[in-house]
Amino acid sequence: MLGFLQKLVPQFVQDIWNSLPPLVQYLTITTWKIVFVMFSVILVVAFSTYFERKVIGRMQNRVGPNRVGPLGLGQPFADVIKLVIKEVVIPAKSNKFLFVIAPLLSLTPALAAWAVMPLHPGFVIADINAGLLYVLALTSVGVYGVILAGWATNSKYAFLGAMRTGAQIVAYEIAMGFALVGVLMAGGSLNLGVIVEAQAGGVSQWFWIPLFPLFIVYWISGVAETNRAPFDVAEGESEIVAGFHVEYSGVAFAMFFLAEYANMVLISALVSVFFLGGWASPFEGWTFLQATPLAFMAAPSFGWLFAKICFFMYSFFWYRATFPRYRYDQIMRLGWKIFIPITIIWIGVEGVMAWLRVGPWSGLGA
Amino acid sequence: MLFQAILFYAFAAMLIGAALGVVFSRNPVHAVMFLVLTFFQAAALWLMAEAEFLAIVLVLVYVGAVMVLFLFVVMMLDVNVESAKRGLTRFAPVAIGIALVMVVQLIQLIWYKSSSAAIPGIFSTNPEGYDNTKALGAVLYTEHVYAFEIAAVILLLAIVAAITLTMRKRPGLKLQNIAAQVAVRAKDRVRIVKMKSEKKL
Repeated sequence: MLGFLQKLVPQFVQDIWNSLPPLVQYLTITTWKIVFVMFSVILVVAFSTYFERKVIGRMQNRVGPNRVGPLGLGQPFADVIKLVIKEVVIPAKSNKFLFVIAPLLSLTPALAAWAVMPLHPGFVIADINAGLLYVLALTSVGVYGVILAGWATNSKYAFLGAMRTGAQIVAYEIAMGFALVGVLMAGGSLNLGVIVEAQAGGVSQWFWIPLFPLFIVYWISGVAETNRAPFDVAEGESEIVAGFHVEYSGVAFAMFFLAEYANMVLISALVSVFFLGGWASPFEGWTFLQATPLAFMAAPSFGWLFAKICFFMYSFFWYRATFPRYRYDQIMRLGWKIFIPITIIWIGVEGVMAWLRVGPWSGLGA
Repeated sequence: MLFQAILFYAFAAMLIGAALGVVFSRNPVHAVMFLVLTFFQAAALWLMAEAEFLAIVLVLVYVGAVMVLFLFVVMMLDVNVESAKRGLTRFAPVAIGIALVMVVQLIQLIWYKSSSAAIPGIFSTNPEGYDNTKALGAVLYTEHVYAFEIAAVILLLAIVAAITLTMRKRPGLKLQNIAAQVAVRAKDRVRIVKMKSEKKL
């Protein structure tokens, strides 16, 4: 693959490249990786808005968007153009600086977390040892955008939405953190790539079986973190209009929209990496596939991660179409009084199992 | 090394600027946001010192949890800036005294460090394959395990104490009975009445 690419590039370009200092080479390659991943994420986000409307439309016996382009596929771009050319209205009594910066604060962490995501065997932007902590830290920073937006708007509805989100995210973050403690106990590392490699060996070796309660807790907490239905009380259009982004319009609103969907894709990818083997193939170890044209099915690749992300994204849309909104006090109760005890108990169970050398942790600490 | 030096001074300058912003901003929410920025700059400096675990935990704990709650409190309480400023002259001597003690301690520490061992560069470089998380864990769970666990128990105690303080009986407090809510069935709430259709008048 690399040799083929080298033949394509003229000799003098290669000479110039090789004469560059290693720092410049490294910065160039990393910049291109970042641009590539960001572009892909934003494209996925754009089309997931289209698929959301299609999926929910079908579930509710409607057609969904079908006017712009073939099958309505141009709809996301039409939406973007519409939002970009609209005026951004800044309320007179708002705190202007924080009002403008809040959408950026909510979008940046959602995109920055992709830096440590192992997308393909050997492809990750930053292969750092504390990747899992980095992801946790960034997902917790995302709440600032919402809280500041609600406060800076200087409106009761926005403020109520911000308060609800803040309390909700703080509550569910703890359950998410504890679920990840279980993952890192099983994976034996904070590096996301190592966690994926620890799940090698097909579906039965993925962490979702031994860590099933944590998998469920993490996924539901992830839905709550992204403020999606049935946990979308922060927006709650029947109670507080649109919650924290009630006064946002045009590009500023588009940023919040982008952040929400980028967070959904991120949570889907994280669940896949932590519990469903990331880029690992479910048919790993099916040796009889080797001789057939289906050999690629058994090989680990980005395609598998993408398929898992698509499944979880579909689940997001599915929940939105089927579940009624949770009552606020019940959300809090679920987070604090049910999920946190479940995770703590399962971490204890895992510890005992590792101590007795049963289960997939028997090789650890030896 | 030059690249590192530029980064270090950029982060350090922003750290000091943000810290001054915390003290001098009139709006309490702005002050909290400056404090968040200060934590981020401190984390960046720690990252440069190859202490990635401490850096990320600083962001995770202080920015992700403590400051969010701080922001909550500051937003909910309508802090009166004018009355807070009136106390400035009264408390200034105490504040200056504390600041002086801290500066003296820092200078002592730096002086001690620089005299005991030669500093090779701006930051000490660790050997290839050094893992800050692992190194920290190895010390924390062996040498300092008692101190670590006692600190954990003290924190737990603080949590329990804080919750106990809010659990006092207040008159007129309305609470949901979750068990009763879950146990309720449709026939408890809805009575279906069957009756014959009435004759048209």
